[in-house]
Amino acid sequence: MQHETHTHGIDIKALGRDKQSLRLADETVALEVPGLNLFYGDKQALFDVSMNIPKQRVTAFIGPSGCGKSTLLRTFNRMNDLVDGCRVDGEILLDGQNIYRKGVEVAELRRRVGMVFQKPNPFPKSIYENVVYGLRIQGINQKRVLDEAVEWSLKSAALWDEVKDRLHDSALGLSGGQQQRLVIARTVAVQPEVLLLDEPCSALDPISTLKVEELIYELKSKYTIVIVTHNMQQAARVSDYTAFMYMGKLIEFGDTDTLFTNPAKKQTEDYITGRYG
Amino acid sequence: MKQQTLKSWFKSGSPWVWMTASGVSIAVIMTVGLLAVIATRGLANFWPADVLEADYQVPGTPAKVMAGELVQAEEVPRARLAGAGLPVDVNGGEFMTRELFKVGNREVYGADFTWVVAEWTSNLRTPQNLMVMERREWGNFYGYLVNVKENGQVIAEGDDAWAAMQQRIGRVDALYGQISKLEKRDIGRINAGLERLRLKTRKLEMNGQLDAAGQADLDAERAQWGAEYKVLEGQLNDLHQQFDRDSVTVRTVDGQEQEMSLGKVVRAYRPNTMGTGAKLGFYFAKLWEFLSDEPREANTEGGIFPAIFGTVMMTLIMAVIVTPFGVLAAIYLREYARQGPLTRVIRIAVNNLAGVPAIVYGVFGLGFFVYVLGGSIDRLFFAEALPAPTFGTPGLMWASLTLAILAVPVVIVATEEGLARIPRALREGSLALGATKAETLWKVVLPMASPAMMTGLILAVARAAGEVAPLMLVGVVKLAPALPLDGNYPYLHLDQKIMHLGFHIYDVGFQSPNVEAARPLVYATALLLVLVIALLNLSAVFIRNHLREKYKALDH
Repeated sequence: MQHETHTHGIDIKALGRDKQSLRLADETVALEVPGLNLFYGDKQALFDVSMNIPKQRVTAFIGPSGCGKSTLLRTFNRMNDLVDGCRVDGEILLDGQNIYRKGVEVAELRRRVGMVFQKPNPFPKSIYENVVYGLRIQGINQKRVLDEAVEWSLKSAALWDEVKDRLHDSALGLSGGQQQRLVIARTVAVQPEVLLLDEPCSALDPISTLKVEELIYELKSKYTIVIVTHNMQQAARVSDYTAFMYMGKLIEFGDTDTLFTNPAKKQTEDYITGRYG
Repeated sequence: MKQQTLKSWFKSGSPWVWMTASGVSIAVIMTVGLLAVIATRGLANFWPADVLEADYQVPGTPAKVMAGELVQAEEVPRARLAGAGLPVDVNGGEFMTRELFKVGNREVYGADFTWVVAEWTSNLRTPQNLMVMERREWGNFYGYLVNVKENGQVIAEGDDAWAAMQQRIGRVDALYGQISKLEKRDIGRINAGLERLRLKTRKLEMNGQLDAAGQADLDAERAQWGAEYKVLEGQLNDLHQQFDRDSVTVRTVDGQEQEMSLGKVVRAYRPNTMGTGAKLGFYFAKLWEFLSDEPREANTEGGIFPAIFGTVMMTLIMAVIVTPFGVLAAIYLREYARQGPLTRVIRIAVNNLAGVPAIVYGVFGLGFFVYVLGGSIDRLFFAEALPAPTFGTPGLMWASLTLAILAVPVVIVATEEGLARIPRALREGSLALGATKAETLWKVVLPMASPAMMTGLILAVARAAGEVAPLMLVGVVKLAPALPLDGNYPYLHLDQKIMHLGFHIYDVGFQSPNVEAARPLVYATALLLVLVIALLNLSAVFIRNHLREKYKALDH
């Protein structure tokens, strides 16, 4: 019975995705994780995770709450450094360089690996100032450069048309979906190589969610995107590759079509058919 | 059944509402009551009351005529008055009315106030030409105007005298203004210059750098100041002579005549002839004088401007010191220090510091700031002025610093709370864009925490501006009419002693030679202190609300 994959909760073909024939082995590697362990104090949160995140593709992390997918995502730009008692054992290679080696400029790393969070978190400044925040941090202050960056970033985030007449109004006056796209624009403005999205749509309404998903689809030609999501349909819709995690372990990682239609592991199948999680 | 309804009444929550509401009501009543009491007692002082004249006869002595303002009346047991040695008829009622009159004429009667027994006064009247004279010394004079003299020659008498005197008081007033301007500004500038010159000479001498040429330069400069001073001295003498030109002859109600230089008179008025409009005008003139003038007569007359200025100045300097200090400490504690037992102990210590009695800070300020710190500053930078201390004596800077220490826990606690309330998501958002922790603090966290810092500052100002006890030790004095801010280099005199409204209340109320006269001033000063603090607070609240609006955070 378990081979009748068409009875799964998600019909991958019905989602209208372009059918692609992707093979993980053929991809260029953006982030290489060769056996990563992570501890919160005495408690181990990630167990020997090994994976290669492909370049300029969308990789989705799925799994039940507390499975470690956000934790894994946060190791990619060392956001976990901010958590007291968090210890990383192992390495992560970005362009062949271990980001956990001594002497790494964490701020520089985070500029290269941008991150968008669960809830929109625009600064209480104007839309314009939000977008140029990262540039100003880098010491870029020429008005012409900043103006260009604002237009380009907001266009990339499909927000330009909605806000171009009120760039100097407070960002807090935008709707939740607009705020989230502003945050994406803000992240894109510093031209990162990798874009980490930590459940970017969980606080948004369906229409805003759709817009953000379209945006992700647009952005993947330029950026390596890693997205954590609770929503399996979303993972199926937007991602090229999907990793299923469970209890701090990476259970299965492969191209999205295969993972959803023909999972290799029983645990994966149970999860995507909604038997637990 | 009854119990049932009582129970349901409790269940309904009404008693709880009543209890909490009464708590609020009591607080409101107390505040309003306090303000009403000090406002009525303080502000009534400036109203020109009618002056009564009466015959007064203590049984067994000849009758006298007396005049004055009725200040208060009270019922006293007859037995007590009899016990005090007054010839009271013990067979009357149980109580007698006793009245307090302000009779003035201190140089004649010895005291401004006198108690009289109401039974023994008769024939109360309010003569139209009975006048009150406010003088620069000896308090008020109550009596009649006889004539006006110029250089000893009578030039007006009888009905004309009043107008002539008023006109001459105006002239004397203008001269008084000129004299004090000359003394304070011009001669003050020369004195400051000479003092600087003396210190310069002394410094050169101490360093052994004073040669003949230098000495000659200094002498030349001194001679120049001296010449300037000679000119001003001549002007001043002229003014003084003109000032004392006119005099008046006055008569007390019991017939004693005396001559009085008009230079001593601030103003003269006849309250019994004044209408409401005139009285209102007079009232506001007095009120303005109270706010804008220097004190006279051991602080019981005149204004309290130096005290207002000193209070505001000291509080502002305190705010300038305490804000960066407290904010920096809070940032370190909240953002950088490893959160553990040590930071917990520090936090508890800071909180307890806020509960230390203020006088302890005063003692600390005197022992450490004034003697140790001030003494060292004097030895290092003002050696030429020794043995006269410059900073090694209580002064404005030490008063402000002591208050800053006293108020710093409040700022630390408020700022820490503000920092703790900044959403983690915003910090992470900034860090994720490649900002370092310091940049995140500077660009996102601190601006957003600025309303909390302002809250801390408001609390600090409220605590510090009303403090009196420590100030007595570190720089506030009874009388310091020279303001700490003037036109002489270095403009802001941090080493100067100042006056303070809080201390003024204590001084006037308890250290005054003339307690009865001072009592309304105590209330008026208290009201003013409350107003000044409220004003300082309101301006800080205004700034805070502005910041709050600007950095309104997200609702999460």
